[in-house]
Amino acid sequence: MSIEIRGLTHTYNPGTPLARTAIKDINLTIEDGETLAIIGHTGSGKSTLVQHLNGLLKPTSGTIKVDGVDINQKGVDLRSIRWKVGLVFQYPEHQLFEETVWDDVAFGPRNMGLSDEEVRSRVERALAAVDIDMALAERSPFELSGGEKRRVAIAGVLAMEPSVLVLDEPTAGLDPRGRQDMLGQIQRLQAERHLTVVFVSHNMAEVATLADRLVVMERGEIVMEGPPKTIFAQGDKLGAIGLGVPEMTALMAKLREKGWDVPDSVLTVEEAEEAIMAVLRREARVGTGGDL
Amino acid sequence: MMGNKESFIVVDKVSFSYTGEPGAKEETALDQVSLTIEAGEFVAIVGHNGSGKSTLAKHLNGLLLPTGGDVWVAGMNTKDEHHRWDIRQIVGMVFQNPDNQIVAATVEEDVAFGPENLGLPTELIRSRVDEALAVVGMSEYAEAPPHSLSGGQKQRVAIAGVIAMRPRCLVLDEPTAMLDPVGRREVMETISRLNEEEGITVVLITHFMDEAVKAHRVLVMDEGRIVREGQPAAVFQEIDLLRELRLDVPPVIELASRLRAKSLALPEAILTVDEMVTALCQLRSGV
Ligand SMILES: Nc1ncnc2c1ncn2[C@@H]1O[C@H](COP(=O)(O)OP(=O)(O)OP(=O)(O)O)[C@@H](O)[C@H]1O
Ligand SMILES: Nc1ncnc2c1ncn2[C@@H]1O[C@H](COP(=O)(O)OP(=O)(O)OP(=O)(O)O)[C@@H](O)[C@H]1O
Ligand SMILES: [Mg+2]
Ligand SMILES: [Mg+2]
Repeated sequence: MSIEIRGLTHTYNPGTPLARTAIKDINLTIEDGETLAIIGHTGSGKSTLVQHLNGLLKPTSGTIKVDGVDINQKGVDLRSIRWKVGLVFQYPEHQLFEETVWDDVAFGPRNMGLSDEEVRSRVERALAAVDIDMALAERSPFELSGGEKRRVAIAGVLAMEPSVLVLDEPTAGLDPRGRQDMLGQIQRLQAERHLTVVFVSHNMAEVATLADRLVVMERGEIVMEGPPKTIFAQGDKLGAIGLGVPEMTALMAKLREKGWDVPDSVLTVEEAEEAIMAVLRREARVGTGGDL
Repeated sequence: MMGNKESFIVVDKVSFSYTGEPGAKEETALDQVSLTIEAGEFVAIVGHNGSGKSTLAKHLNGLLLPTGGDVWVAGMNTKDEHHRWDIRQIVGMVFQNPDNQIVAATVEEDVAFGPENLGLPTELIRSRVDEALAVVGMSEYAEAPPHSLSGGQKQRVAIAGVIAMRPRCLVLDEPTAMLDPVGRREVMETISRLNEEEGITVVLITHFMDEAVKAHRVLVMDEGRIVREGQPAAVFQEIDLLRELRLDVPPVIELASRLRAKSLALPEAILTVDEMVTALCQLRSGV
């Protein structure tokens, strides 16, 4: 399912002294089946942008088309849009409200009028996908640790099985293994169900591994766009707008300053290892036997 | 560890259960935790989701009271009601969710709330608020309503609120979870500066291993217990153990370990990108 954003502007509290234009004239097409990451400085408008994708925020001007349908047109059933485009908020607390973890995750599927049996199987699958133990299902979602809350909030949206998954900082507060598992789950769902995924993140390494395409926001506008390798090769430009590059990319840049002939497209530890070994091997600083 | 009440903060065999009934295994959030923190230390706490980090943090200023054992802050037991106020003044806390911390209608009133509560004179409050907002880069938003801020902006304001109180000890529960990379670096620099220049004791809870590396001492929690404790350079050599505990090591340390496995003679104490660059350049020039 594709999403087309044209001329999107959003002003909070328009016409008051507190008026603030959070995003202006955004044009962006999210292709069916792609994984798009949105990065940008604090306050650059990322959350404002993604909350338009399922009609939660209304444009001050501009349009959003989901599968060709302008979602803010009269007569469009916003509920059905929210079932197609599932949004996980930046703060899970803004999403959790039921008495128990189970009811919270079941809320969406029940609302969709699914059978009890289907609701149960979806809740079980969703909780398993986010690695929440069934022992926690009867607990209040407010009696959970921070990372557990985030997992439950994500499960609530997964259980609706949307075609587009929009995640606002989905791995913030997860432990390192949890981050990896969550990214793995997103990738798996994407492959199995041909999901379209849009996610906001401050973690450059995670963006580098998961996204097909990056959108970089700055003061409410899109200032860069392209595949991760192309974007992260422009470290200076990213630095100037308050962003960084993955740690390994930064390491390579510093080595290049010291005269090492290593590429600027390195993103991961594996690639860094290879690049360093290649230089040393060429200079025969290391043996050429074995696996080298 | 002995409960040496001379130390700044002493956590002595503390157990805690949210249901108030110790015993049922899965209900035990803290299990016989003992820990001493000296004045001026910078301690990082890492551990998987639900391992008990936030629960432990809330014991350090008496927000939660032990089900078993005792916590002493500057010689005062947190269970002693007479000292509750003093203890809250000594140990300032930034919560994991900044929303829970917002109390006022504007950002500056929110930051002023703590100092006002301390009964400080108006001019002093003014200067502390201005300074704290400047430190976190939020001066521009002084008059904005806190609920209208972005996620990262709220996090910065929560940090400013605690800085303005000038506590002797800062407990920060995942203060950078929603900050962009530069914001994260700025907050870490602020924390280090408060620790080094003003001697403020810092307890930092984080899922970012590259932040924990900056501490004097790292505690690793698992299932309500402290399972490892030591200097970052030592703790982060235990890559397999950390992975077993759902944790990780910073990419630089992993790279160092992989390069050593390819028999490069790198020194043990590489924790940062700069240290890696230096070590590799020495190796290359054959020093
Ligand atoms: N409800 C609101 N009322 C008024 N202004 C708002 C509101 N929500 C956000 N803003 C402002 O709009 C701008 C964009 O905020 P947004 O939440 O979209 O940023 P963000 O890129 O998601 O930031 P972060 O990385 O910190 O989450 C910010 O300047 C923010 O202060
Ligand atoms: N209010 C509560 N009521 C009941 N149980 C709770 C409550 N808060 C936390 N717990 C439980 O206590 C345990 C420890 O939680 P704690 O919040 O200390 O973990 P944490 O290490 O801070 O995790 P995270 O990294 O996810 O923030 C978890 O199993 C959690 O489910
Ligand atoms: Mg946001
Ligand atoms: Mg916590």
